[in-house]
Amino acid sequence: MTAINQSGWKPEMTALRPAQDETDVAGTYTGNKALMLEEPLIFEIGHDGSTGIDLAEAPQVASRLGGLQRNRDIGLPGLSEPEAVRHYTRLSRQNYAIDLGFFPLGSCTMKHNPRLNEKVARMAGFADVHPMQPVETVQGALAVIHQLAHWLITLTGMKAVAMSPKAGAHGELCGILAIRAALTARGDARSVILCPESAHGTNPATAAFAGYQVENIPATSEGRVDLEALKARLGPDIAGVMITNPNTCGLFERDMRAISDAVHAAGGYVYCDGANFNAIVGRVRPGDLGIDAMHINLHKTFSTPHGGGGPGSGPVVLSEALAPFAPLPFVDKDGEHYRLVEEETVGEHHDKTFGRMVAFHGQMGMFTRALAYIMSHGADGLRQVAEDAVLNANYILRSLQDVLDAPFAHSGPCMHEALFSDDGMAEGFSTLDIAKGLIDEGYHPMTVYFPLVVHGAMLIEPTETESKATLDQFIGALRSVAGRAKAGDQSLKSAPHHAPRRRLDETQAARKPVLVWREPEQAVAAE
Amino acid sequence: MRYLPLTQPDRQAMLAAIGARTIDDLFVDVPSEARLSGPIEGLPLHASEMAVERHFSNLARKNMAASHHPFFLGAGAYKHHVPASVDHIIQRGEFLTAYTPYQPEIAQGTLQMLFEFQTQVARLFGCDVANASMYDGSTACWEAIGMAGRITKRTKAVLSSGLHPHYVSVAKTMAKYTGDALDTALPELSAKTDSERLLAAVDTDTSCVVVQYPDILGRIEDLSALAAKAHENGALLIAVVTEPVALGAIKSPGEMGADIVVGEGQSLGVGLQFGGPYVGLFACNEKFVRQMPGRLCGETVDAEGKRGFVLTLSTREQHIRREKATSNICTNSGLCALAFSVHMTLLGEKGLRGLASLNHALAVEAAGRLTQIDGVELVNDSFFNEFTLRLPKEARPVVRAMADRKVLGGVSLGRLYPGVEQLENGLVVAVTEVATDEDIEKFTTALQEVLA
Repeated sequence: MTAINQSGWKPEMTALRPAQDETDVAGTYTGNKALMLEEPLIFEIGHDGSTGIDLAEAPQVASRLGGLQRNRDIGLPGLSEPEAVRHYTRLSRQNYAIDLGFFPLGSCTMKHNPRLNEKVARMAGFADVHPMQPVETVQGALAVIHQLAHWLITLTGMKAVAMSPKAGAHGELCGILAIRAALTARGDARSVILCPESAHGTNPATAAFAGYQVENIPATSEGRVDLEALKARLGPDIAGVMITNPNTCGLFERDMRAISDAVHAAGGYVYCDGANFNAIVGRVRPGDLGIDAMHINLHKTFSTPHGGGGPGSGPVVLSEALAPFAPLPFVDKDGEHYRLVEEETVGEHHDKTFGRMVAFHGQMGMFTRALAYIMSHGADGLRQVAEDAVLNANYILRSLQDVLDAPFAHSGPCMHEALFSDDGMAEGFSTLDIAKGLIDEGYHPMTVYFPLVVHGAMLIEPTETESKATLDQFIGALRSVAGRAKAGDQSLKSAPHHAPRRRLDETQAARKPVLVWREPEQAVAAE
Repeated sequence: MRYLPLTQPDRQAMLAAIGARTIDDLFVDVPSEARLSGPIEGLPLHASEMAVERHFSNLARKNMAASHHPFFLGAGAYKHHVPASVDHIIQRGEFLTAYTPYQPEIAQGTLQMLFEFQTQVARLFGCDVANASMYDGSTACWEAIGMAGRITKRTKAVLSSGLHPHYVSVAKTMAKYTGDALDTALPELSAKTDSERLLAAVDTDTSCVVVQYPDILGRIEDLSALAAKAHENGALLIAVVTEPVALGAIKSPGEMGADIVVGEGQSLGVGLQFGGPYVGLFACNEKFVRQMPGRLCGETVDAEGKRGFVLTLSTREQHIRREKATSNICTNSGLCALAFSVHMTLLGEKGLRGLASLNHALAVEAAGRLTQIDGVELVNDSFFNEFTLRLPKEARPVVRAMADRKVLGGVSLGRLYPGVEQLENGLVVAVTEVATDEDIEKFTTALQEVLA
């Protein structure tokens, strides 16, 4: 496999483009631009026979592989350690990250990830224990799970918590399956789950997976659930509602208690999408609002790293009514001894469980990180987290509402995120152009085109780990970009100009998907 | 508080700019009866970095870490040596603290890595394409069963008795809600798998046959006949790989006709971590790509014609399709996929083949030594780095007694199949490159003593 740097060095593309006049800059031979370095794929770098790992020679033994020895190459390139380390280091530099700058993705809660959390997660007693070791040999690991569970139950004012779900959407599934199990247990086959239109896509997808029809809950002009319309729809076919609170417009659902009471009176259950719990942690307990189940994204509220798209972790707190149906396994304490309730002991303690959702015990590596974050803040610091997150978001909302349309600015203070629309931009300019303009300014754009209830939505979540100076600079930058979009500045249509790549052709990617690398000659032959 | 940059004067200035008197004015929409007036009682207050670190050090010491003792556990999670550069790379802030690559112009690092990961997984499994990862092997397995149902429009799935019992449990949980009918059985403590049962069970109502390779007892079997039978009946063959290192030594499932191959990628780069986070691997034949769950990264070009990568085919996914999506999955296991991919890159063809040979040879040697103990028999005819022993007595207390002797000596079938009498003497033993000669000796001695 000889290296052809298809991503960068191509003579016809950039090499030695001469300067056009004295203000112009010539192209470079390599296609690199100083610290902006092009990087080929590992398959284009590697050489046959190279490796980055030295291994002991295998002793000669009679094979026991049942006659199934591999006799074809896998097709993996060989790289030495320096080549591999440089490859990934170069790739890393093409990523935006919280460590680099402000990352105000609404609903995603991109807050600082403390390195203490990384350190404790890597302690051998947590990182290097097997999930099926005898429980006597993992008492410290079980203690971490139990302590985190205690914090989550206490902070939310709920009865129990299921720790095993692997991510937020998996937690939603856990909550909905608990609801369905509770209904089945009382012989009540209900068929519909209600979700607002502003819900995360995972809500209807989860309800549909669990076998429910999904119906829409109307919203008021304020951006909140329409309580009267909801009450009118409740009846014996409604298994429950899925409500995000604070909601995805960044607003607290004032009528949450009344919604819960009405749903309960009609025999249904209340699922709360807890993606936005960071806005109220330490100040409000969802249990006081009549919630039956709520997932907590440890990677949002409790700062475990997002890692370029996971792993997440989605424990689900449960009310007294749903606790008996929680999934296996879970950790219990007998005096000073922790035990793991699995299939074996389930009969005596937990016979109503809806079953197992994952092979092992959940995201231990995320539990250690989240608990370290929680203990660092304490009950007082967590309250401050919510306050600063809400303060930062309101500061952004009120500092930008004169240049950007803020459709719910009249609905009262926002919680942890501020929502804007692209109303008022010049003909042909939209949210996408503003987002790409922000990239050139050195920011990760906000969440765009979500929630769906607002045209060209821009959802900005600053989080509590940003300073006022950072917010002020961002506000200035966004005012500038919005001004250009209103004025019809054409250079914004082709932004970003300064990123490692210009706008990428997503239509081509989807029309003729290329999902794996193939040797060039093979790729040509296939066409 | 060390993680909060706002100063008290900042807060005052910002409240003034907003037009609020106090922070409570921003929480007016919370009903007064639900507003807490101060920190929640009964919980500790904030703590220094040193205090928190000390708390965790104390708890960590209460666990027996795999690398501190002779260690032979497997059954779906394996201890391999992870090169130092893997952890260095995944701790780079640009990978660790990035989000899902929704803005591809400033996320090419993650996207190109995912494209390379997809290629590595597809090649290892012998499939055309792979996705950008799932939560873990067990959830990838039930997602594959769901996908087979969508493709065949049938609801009967036939599961091998050699499939990890926790994977079976997960599939059973989900089947209660999706209406799939699962044909399952318990394994026997025998060299013979239940492939005859599977061949007999496949009919024209079958959506898929699910086989683990190597299976829960470590047995390896040619999947070609099952693939042929499944295909004759219009069903799919799903292969489940919980130890991807094995595929450095044995034929890939794709080569033997599997249509969907899923697996647990923990073995490479990720580490044991008491069960998570892990990384689900998911690959299939190209013609099924639009029915796949999870994220996919694809190649394209930018406005200047330069190669670049984007998330693609998202019309399958929940954020676009909502209740009609192929899965409710949103996040994948990005950083674990990176760890897997870096480890695979460092190994390369030569390294992975060498690692697999070494694992197999050490396992063969260990099996030879352990079966010299009176009354201990090897169940398997074939195996890679994991095999099952039949002990002369119940294995579960034996494992506990070995732990008292500071040897972590395998996973008892009693733990995996509680209450199943015919399996209770079974002990599943995994031997990887981390096992030294001395470790194997200590294990043999401990087992001998405990059985005496």
